[in-house]
Amino acid sequence: MKLALLSDLHANRHALQACLAHARAHSASQYAFLGDLVGYGAEPGAVLDTVMEMAAEGAWVIRGNHDDAALAPVANSDRADHAGASWTAQRLTSPQREFLAGLPLKQTHDFMLLVHASANKPERWTYVEDAKRAADSLDFAGDATHVFGGHVHEQRLFFQGLVGKTMAFEPTPGVPVPVPRHRRWLATVGSVGQPRDGRSEAMYALFDTETLALTFMRVPYDHTAAARAIRAAGLPESNAARLTLGR
Amino acid sequence: MKLLEAGTGIDGFIVGQCLHAGGMAHIYEVTYADSGRNTGFPMAMKVPRMTGGDGAETIVGFEVEHQMLQVLSGPHVPRFVAAGDLTRVPYLVMEYIEGRPLQDRLDQAARERVRPTPEEIARVGAAMAAAAHSLHQQDAVHLDLKPGNVMIRPDGRAVLLDFGLSWHAHYPDLMAEEMRVAVGSPPWMAPEQVVGVRGDPRSDVFAIGVMLYEMATGELPFGDPQTRGGLRQRLWMEPPPPRVLAPQTPDWLQDVILRCLEPEAQQRYGSAAQLAFDLSNPDQVHVGERGLRTRRTSWTVHLKRWLKAAGQHYKPSPLPSAQIDLAPIVMVAVPWKDASDATLFSLRRACARSLGVRAGARLACVTVVAPGDMDRADERMSEVQVHRWQLDRLRQWALGLDLETHSASFHVLESGDVPDALVRYARANGVSLMILGAATHGLKLQRLVATVPVRVAMEAPCSVMLVKQTLPFERLADAQAPPA
Repeated sequence: MKLALLSDLHANRHALQACLAHARAHSASQYAFLGDLVGYGAEPGAVLDTVMEMAAEGAWVIRGNHDDAALAPVANSDRADHAGASWTAQRLTSPQREFLAGLPLKQTHDFMLLVHASANKPERWTYVEDAKRAADSLDFAGDATHVFGGHVHEQRLFFQGLVGKTMAFEPTPGVPVPVPRHRRWLATVGSVGQPRDGRSEAMYALFDTETLALTFMRVPYDHTAAARAIRAAGLPESNAARLTLGR
Repeated sequence: MKLLEAGTGIDGFIVGQCLHAGGMAHIYEVTYADSGRNTGFPMAMKVPRMTGGDGAETIVGFEVEHQMLQVLSGPHVPRFVAAGDLTRVPYLVMEYIEGRPLQDRLDQAARERVRPTPEEIARVGAAMAAAAHSLHQQDAVHLDLKPGNVMIRPDGRAVLLDFGLSWHAHYPDLMAEEMRVAVGSPPWMAPEQVVGVRGDPRSDVFAIGVMLYEMATGELPFGDPQTRGGLRQRLWMEPPPPRVLAPQTPDWLQDVILRCLEPEAQQRYGSAAQLAFDLSNPDQVHVGERGLRTRRTSWTVHLKRWLKAAGQHYKPSPLPSAQIDLAPIVMVAVPWKDASDATLFSLRRACARSLGVRAGARLACVTVVAPGDMDRADERMSEVQVHRWQLDRLRQWALGLDLETHSASFHVLESGDVPDALVRYARANGVSLMILGAATHGLKLQRLVATVPVRVAMEAPCSVMLVKQTLPFERLADAQAPPA
C-alpha cells in the first residue's frame, strides 16, 4: 500500500488539489488526512467536500484543533484556532458539520497510529516539535511502531535508538527514508495548506507500507490564487501574505 | 550466528564457501538457487555475527550498511543485491569484488621487509582518494576507511567496503545514539570523530593519510590506542615525520601525508579529489615545511598544541557535497596558437574571479601541444624543449593570479585532438570547473565543424565556462595608431 499522509489542509483548495494530483502521480493507493481540514483558508466548503468524498471511498480522517474550533467557536478568544472559527462555522453545511463532529482524535491501522498532535492526551494539542515531545507521544502509541501526525506545519522525522533514546532528523524532500519496523518512528508530515518553514511549497508525505520507505514531499502550487481567495473572502491580510512567505 | 554450511539455502540463495570470517561478520560466496537468475556479476553474502551477547552496535552497523548500499552507486562501491530481514535472518548480498585488500599488500611489505615504492603509494593513494571523492559527491562519508576495507581491483581502481559506520546526509544517523563512545577504528579515526563529529568528508582524507603513512613507513602514525585519552592524542600530537622512520620517503610524499594528518580539518585537503590530484602529479606538489621536516616535534610545541586542542571546538560540517564544492579543482585551458592578448587577459580575469569566490580552490593550468609541434631532428623543437617552453609560458601567464592562497599546477598535454585531451584530463583529475576561451572566431563555423569549445562543453564531465574577451584591445590599439 502506498499511503499519502496529508495534514493541516487549512481550507486551502489549491494546495490540496496539487498535493492530491502529486500523490496520484506517485501511485498513492490510500489516503490519510491528519486533521485541521479547515481554518485560516478561504475554501473550507470545497476542501471538506473533497475530503468527505474521499472518506466515503475509504480515506482515513483524523480531527484537528481547528476542526474542533469550527464546531464550537469561542468568541473573542486569543487562540489562533478560534480567531477565524466563527467565520468558518457560518459557512459549513450541516452534513459538513456532522462529518467533522464524527472524526476521531486518533486511529490505529495495523502498525500505524494516526493523530493530529501528540498520542499522549491528543485533545491537549501538544506541538510535537522536539525529541522530548516525540518520545512522550511514542510512549502513548501502544503497539504502533509508526506514528504519523501534523500540527507543527514542519516536516520532521523522529526515531528511537535501540536503547530507547529518541532523536530528530531533518528529512530531504523527495528522498525515501527506510523506516523499518524494529524501530519506532514518529513523523510530522508538514502542512498542505499553510507551510511555515520559509518556503511556499505545500507539504505531505508518502509512505510505502511494503518497502517501509517514507518520503517527505514538497509540491509547488498556485499560492497566489489561494491568497487571492483569502483576500476576496475578507479574511485577515496576514492569512493571505503568509502563504507566499511560507510562515 | 555460527558458520553456515556450504549448500545452505536462504531466501532463494545458495550459500557457498566461507571467504572471510571476521570479528563482526562472515562473508560467503553465494549464488541464486534458481539457475535462471543472474545479476551478471559474482555475489557475496555478508552475515553479521549477532549472538545474544553482542552490543547494539553490530545491529545498527548492519542497518546502516544496508541503508548505504541501497543508495550508493558507481565503480567504487559493491553493487547491492538483496537483504534479509533483521528480525529473521539478517544478511546482505552484494557484488563480490575481485581484487586485493590493501591489508594484504601491507602484510606482504612487512613480511618481505620492503616498503612499496613512492610511485606505488601514490598510485594506490590516488585510487583510494578518487573512491572516497565519489562517495562524498553522493553526500556520504565512509568514516571507517582502513586497509581491511579497501579493495584494489586488478585495473588499479579502489573499491570501498564495510559501510557499517558510515554517514549519509539524507538519512537518519542511526549511529548517533552510540556516540557516547567514539565510533570508528582507533588507528585511522580522525580527531573530529574522536570528539563525536560525524559527516565531515575530510575525516576520510585523514584516514587515507594514515594508510599512506602506513605504506610509507610500516608504522601507524598514532599507534592503536585503546583508551579515550590515547585517542585524544591526535587532537594535538604530530606523528613523527615519515622521513624519520623511512628516509627514502620523498619530500613531496611526506608533505601530502602530513597534510592529510593535520588535526584541524580545514588544514587538510579540502576534498579527496585535491588529494588525488597531488598524488597523481607529484612533480607539482608544493613542498613546504611539512615535507622537509626530518625531526620529531619538540615537547614544547606539543604542549602549546595540547593547550590549543583543549579549547578547540569541532563544528559539524555542512553537506559533504557542499564542503567539496568549496575546494574545487579549477582547470583552465590556455591556448597558445591563434590566441590574442585580449583572450589571454580575459581568461586570467575569469580565473581570478573563480578562485576568488572559492577559498579552497586549486588551479590546474593546462595547454595542449600537437605531436606536429615538435621535431626530433631540431634540437630547439625537441619534446623536452617544447614542454619546458610551454611550462614557462603557462607560469608567466599565471603571474598576477593569487597563487599565495590557492595552489596552482602547470601541465602540458600532448595530443592531436585538443578537445579530447582536455576532457580526458578533466575526467582523470576530478576537475569541477573548466575555463576556456570561447574562440569567437570559431563560433561562426560551428555549424560546419564542431569547434573546440563546443566539443568540450558537450563531452566534459563538469561545468564549462566559456570566456569571451572583455576588452576591446583592437580599438585601443586603433586609438593609439597615428591618423592615416
